[in-house]
Amino acid sequence: MKTGFYPGCSMKGSAREYSESLMAVAKVLGRELPEIPDWNCCGATAAHNLDRDLALALPARILAAAEKAGMDEVLVPCAACYSRLSVTRHELLDAKGSEALRARISGLIEAEYRGSAKVVNILEWLAGIGGLEGLIQAPFARKVACYYGCLLVRPAGIVKFDRPEEPQSMDRLMKKIGAEPLDWAFKTECCGAGFSISRNDLVARLSGLILDDAVARGAEAVIVACPMCHLNLDMRRPNIEKRADKKFRIPVLYVTQAIGLALGIAPKKLGLQRHKVTVRFSPAVDKSPAETLPPSGTRPGEA
Amino acid sequence: MARIGVFICHCGENISATVDVAKVAAAAAKIPGVVHSVDYKYMCSDPGQQMVSSAIKEKNLTGVVVAACSPRMHEPTFRRACAEAGLNPFLCEMANIREHCSWVHEKGEATTNKAIDIVRTLVAKVKKNKALLPIKVPVTKTALVLGGGIAGIQASLDIANSGHKVILVEKEPSIGGHMSQLSETFPTLDCSQCILTPRMVEVAQNPNITLYSYAELESLEGFIGNFKARIRKKARSLDEKLCTGCGLCCQKCPTKKIASDFDAGLGMRPAIYVPFPQAVPNKPVIDREHCTYYLKGKCRLCEKVCPTQAIRFDQADEIVEVEVGAVVMATGFDIKHGDFFPEYGYGNYRDVIDGLQFERMASASGPTLGEMRRPSDGKVPEIVVFIACAGSRDPAKGIEYCSKICCMYTAKHAMLYRHKVHHGKPYVFYMDIRAGGKMYEEFVRRAIEEDGVQYIRGRVSRIYERGGKLIVKGADTLLGARPMEIEADMVVLATAGVANPGAEALAQKVHISYDSHHFYSEAHPKLRPVETNTAGIFLAGACQAPKDIPESVAQASGAAAKVAALFSQDELIREPLIAVVDRQAPPLYSTCVGCFLCQTSCPYQAIEKEEIRGRDGQLIKTVAKVNPGLCQGCGTCVALCRSKSIDIQGFSHEQVYAEVLALLNRGESDV
Amino acid sequence: MSDFEPKIVAFVCNWCTYAGADLTGTNRMKYSPRVTIIRFPCTGRIDFMLLLKAFANGADGIIVSGCHPNDYHYSSGNFHARRRWIVFRGLLDFLGIDVRRVQFSWVSAAEGAKWAQLVDATAEQIRQLGPFSGYHKLRGAGVE
Repeated sequence: MKTGFYPGCSMKGSAREYSESLMAVAKVLGRELPEIPDWNCCGATAAHNLDRDLALALPARILAAAEKAGMDEVLVPCAACYSRLSVTRHELLDAKGSEALRARISGLIEAEYRGSAKVVNILEWLAGIGGLEGLIQAPFARKVACYYGCLLVRPAGIVKFDRPEEPQSMDRLMKKIGAEPLDWAFKTECCGAGFSISRNDLVARLSGLILDDAVARGAEAVIVACPMCHLNLDMRRPNIEKRADKKFRIPVLYVTQAIGLALGIAPKKLGLQRHKVTVRFSPAVDKSPAETLPPSGTRPGEA
Repeated sequence: MARIGVFICHCGENISATVDVAKVAAAAAKIPGVVHSVDYKYMCSDPGQQMVSSAIKEKNLTGVVVAACSPRMHEPTFRRACAEAGLNPFLCEMANIREHCSWVHEKGEATTNKAIDIVRTLVAKVKKNKALLPIKVPVTKTALVLGGGIAGIQASLDIANSGHKVILVEKEPSIGGHMSQLSETFPTLDCSQCILTPRMVEVAQNPNITLYSYAELESLEGFIGNFKARIRKKARSLDEKLCTGCGLCCQKCPTKKIASDFDAGLGMRPAIYVPFPQAVPNKPVIDREHCTYYLKGKCRLCEKVCPTQAIRFDQADEIVEVEVGAVVMATGFDIKHGDFFPEYGYGNYRDVIDGLQFERMASASGPTLGEMRRPSDGKVPEIVVFIACAGSRDPAKGIEYCSKICCMYTAKHAMLYRHKVHHGKPYVFYMDIRAGGKMYEEFVRRAIEEDGVQYIRGRVSRIYERGGKLIVKGADTLLGARPMEIEADMVVLATAGVANPGAEALAQKVHISYDSHHFYSEAHPKLRPVETNTAGIFLAGACQAPKDIPESVAQASGAAAKVAALFSQDELIREPLIAVVDRQAPPLYSTCVGCFLCQTSCPYQAIEKEEIRGRDGQLIKTVAKVNPGLCQGCGTCVALCRSKSIDIQGFSHEQVYAEVLALLNRGESDV
Repeated sequence: MSDFEPKIVAFVCNWCTYAGADLTGTNRMKYSPRVTIIRFPCTGRIDFMLLLKAFANGADGIIVSGCHPNDYHYSSGNFHARRRWIVFRGLLDFLGIDVRRVQFSWVSAAEGAKWAQLVDATAEQIRQLGPFSGYHKLRGAGVE
C-alpha cells in the first residue's frame, strides 16, 4: 500500500503548520508520505465556477500523476482539495456517462486516468492507522469542539466516509488521544469559507457564531481539518472579535497538531507558534486553561 | 377412437365478415377424428349451446372444439354446456378465431386458412385431452390471526362472530397494540383506550377465540385450508390459571426502574409487570433480563407475596401445535427509532421525543398522567415544535414513501398540547399537509384556525441544545425560504412509520412476499388488497403499509370476510390444471430420478419429497410429489424436468407437441 | 423470395401475452396472418425442445412471449424462462439456426399495440431471412 501526499497550495503557504504537524505525526506513526511528483493546483473554489472541463482536468491530472507513480491512495489534507479530487473521481468513474467523459479528460491532460488511486482525507487516513492509542505519551485531556466544516463530509452521495449531518470520525480520533469531544451545534456549519477576501464581514459573523457556541459549551480548543476553516477562525480572529465586540480566548488546532501533542512532539515541530491565536498547550499533562495573549498584531514566537 | 365435434361461430359478422366460416367447417369435417362440424351465427346463445349439447349426446362425442372468441371470454360457458350434456368439461377446447384471427386480419384466403390452422391445432390438442376431476381440498375452519393490535382484534372478532374458531397470537404480554398507547384519536378526539378496551375484553370473552399472548409463531407449514402452525408460548414465569391478576407482585417487586416499552421509555415499570392496567389478559410477566432472582439467584419476593402461589420461576417456553385453514397477518408497524436523526439530536437530547412518546405524555394513564411535562426536567414546555416527515419522503434517509398517518397525528398533537397548555405555542414544520379522509381536512383547519397552531412550510436543518433550550433551525419556504430559528422547550418528531424489525423473518416463515421496506405485499395493489400471493394468507392493518385506525379496521374486516367466505365451504374446489409426477406400476414406480430441480424452481413450494416404500417398509426410491393444494399450474417444473417425469394437466407434453405438429403439418395432421 | 410467406409459431403465456393479443383483436389492429398462437400457462412451461420440434416441422420463425419480469402471474416462472433462453440462445448458433429466427419478448395484457408490432416486425425479419429448411430431415424424430 503506497500512500501519496497531495499538499495543494495551502499546505505550502497559509497552512504550513498543518503540513509540518502532519509530517511530524506521520514520522512517529512510521508512515511515509511522498509527494505526488509534478502536482498542480486542484482548481479549488474557482475552476468549477468557470469551466467544467478545467475543473475536472486539473484534479484528474493530479490523480493520473499519482497513479503513474504507483500510488494506491492519495492523502489530501485540505478539505477543499479533497472535495475537488473526490468529486472528480466520482464524475469520471461512477457518474452517468463517465466513460466518455473520462476519455475526453484523459485527452485533455495527455495522460490516461484509470481511477486506481483512492482519495482519502485526513480523518479517514488517521482512522485507518491502528495502534494510535499505544503511542500516546501525554493524553490530550482537554474539552474540544470538533469542527468539520462544510466540505469534509459533503456531498453525502459522493463522500461516504462519515455521516453528513452529525459526523463522528474526528470525535472518535479525539477520544483516542484522551480528549473529550463536546456535543455542540456548529460541527458542520459554514465558517464563511471562500468569502474570506470578498466579504470578510460575513466571515466574521459566521465564524463568530461558531466560536461563540464552542466557548459557551466550555471547549478549550476548536479542532479543524481544513486550512480554510483554520484561516477564518484563527487568522480572522481580530475581525471576528471586532464584530462580536468581545474576546474569544480559544485556540484553533489542526487535528494533526492535537494528535502530535498527545504523541509527545514538541510544539515547535507542530508549528503551533505560527498561529495567530497563541496556543499554550504543551505535550506535558497540563490542565491549565488555554489562554490567548493579546489577539491581533504580533505573532509571538514566530521564527 | 376419437369422436370430435367442431362448432364454428359467426359471432354475428364479427368472424364471418373476414373468415369464410363455411369453408372452415368443411375443412374441419375432413380432419381425421372429426365426426361433426357445423357453423352457426351465435354459438354462445342458448340455441348455440343447445347445438353443442345435443351433438354430444347424439354423436357420442369424445371431445369438443368451439371455434369462436377467446377462451378467456367463453371457455367457462362451453365447458359448462359440455358438463351438462355429460361430457367432462376438460374435454372441451376453444379455437380463438376472433381476437386472434378475424379481427386482426383482412378478409381473404390467408385469414380463412389461418382459421383452419387454428381449428386443426385445437382438434389435435383435444384428442389428447384427458377427463379431469376438480381437486377437492378439505378446509380446517379455524383461523390463525397473528398480531393483537386493533387490526388483529377486529379480524378475530369478525371471524369469531361469523361462527368460526380463531387463534389469536400476540407477542407482547397484552393485546392492544399501538392503539392502546394512544391518547386520543383523530379526527374526533375520542379517547383511544375508551374505544379499544371494550374490544379487548370482547376478545377475551368470546368463546370462539383462543388467545395466546406473550407468544410467537414458530413455524407454518401446509397450504390453504390445511396449515399446521407451531406457536411458541414464551414463559410468563407464572401459572396463568392460578393468577388472579391482583397485582400484589408488581407492587412489591424491588426492581422498579426499568424503562417501560408501553410508555415508550418515558415511564418505569417493575421486573414483574403488566404493561398497562387494562391489559388483556391481566396477568403479569417476569422480565427475566431484569429480575433480580434470574440475575443474582435471590429475591423471590413476588413468590412470597403471591396469595395464590402462582409464580413459577422454572417455567419453560411451551410449543403449541395447531391446525388452521387460513392465516391473517396483522403484525402492525413500528416507528423509526435510535440513531436515525443525529442532526435533530433524536436519541441524544431528552426533550426531542417521537410521536409515540408524545402520545404517552398526553395520555391520562401515561407517566405524567396526561400533563405536558418535558422529560429532561419535568417543566411544562412553553414552546413546542412538531416536525412532520421526520424521515418519511426522504430518499437520503432511505424512506421514499409517505408514512401517511403523521400529518393527522401531528395536527392532533399540536391541538392536544394547546388544550393542555393554554398559553403554550405550538409550531409545526411540514412539507405538505396530506389530510385526505373523512373530516380530516376540517380537523387540520381546526388546529390552525381555532387552536392557533402555527404551521410553517419548510424543513428543519438542525436542532441543538443551548442553555436548556432546543434551538430549531429551519426555513419558511412560503416566505422566500427565510431562515428561522425557534427556541423550543420540546420537539416532537413524527418519525417515519416502518415495518416491524421481525417482519422480514416472519414473511419468510409463512412464505409471503414483501417489499423492499419489508411491508407485506398484497396480491394486487387495487383489486386484491387484503390477500397475499399465497392462497389462504390474508393481510390486515399496517403490516402492509402505514395506515390509520379506520383503514386498519376496514382492512381487518375485509380479511375476516375473505376468511369467512373460505370457511363457508367444507371443501375447496380447484381447477385441476396442475402438475403431476409420473407414477407407474412396479418395478419402475416412477420415471422421476429424484433430482428435485423442480423443487428449486417452484415459486410456490408445491413440490414435496415422497418416499416410495415396499411392503416390507424398505425405501425403494424418493421421488417428487406435487401438493395439489399449493400448485398453481405454471409449469416451470415441467420445462425443467430432465427425465420428463412431471407434466401439467391441460398443457401436457402430448397436448402441446400435438398442437405444434398439427399447426405446421397442413393436411397430415393426424399424429 | 418475394412470394415467400413465412410460417411463424408464437408460444405465449395465458395471462399476459395471450390477453395482450386478445386486446389487439378487441382494438381491431391489423397484423400479419402468418403467425399462429399456441397457448401456455406460463413462459416457464415452454420447453425449448418444442422450438426445435417446430423448426423441424416447417416453422420459419418463432415468437416466445410472456409477462414482463416482476409483473407476473406466477411470481417467478418467467425468470426461469429468461435464464433458460439466455442459455438456449447460445445453443441456437451451434445448432445452425440463425438467432434472429427466434424472437423473445415481453408483452403484457395491456400492450395490444406492442403485440401487433412484434408480429409484423418478426414476420418481416423472417421474410428477409427466407425459409428455414435445415431441420426438415429431422421431422418425426424425437419426442412425439
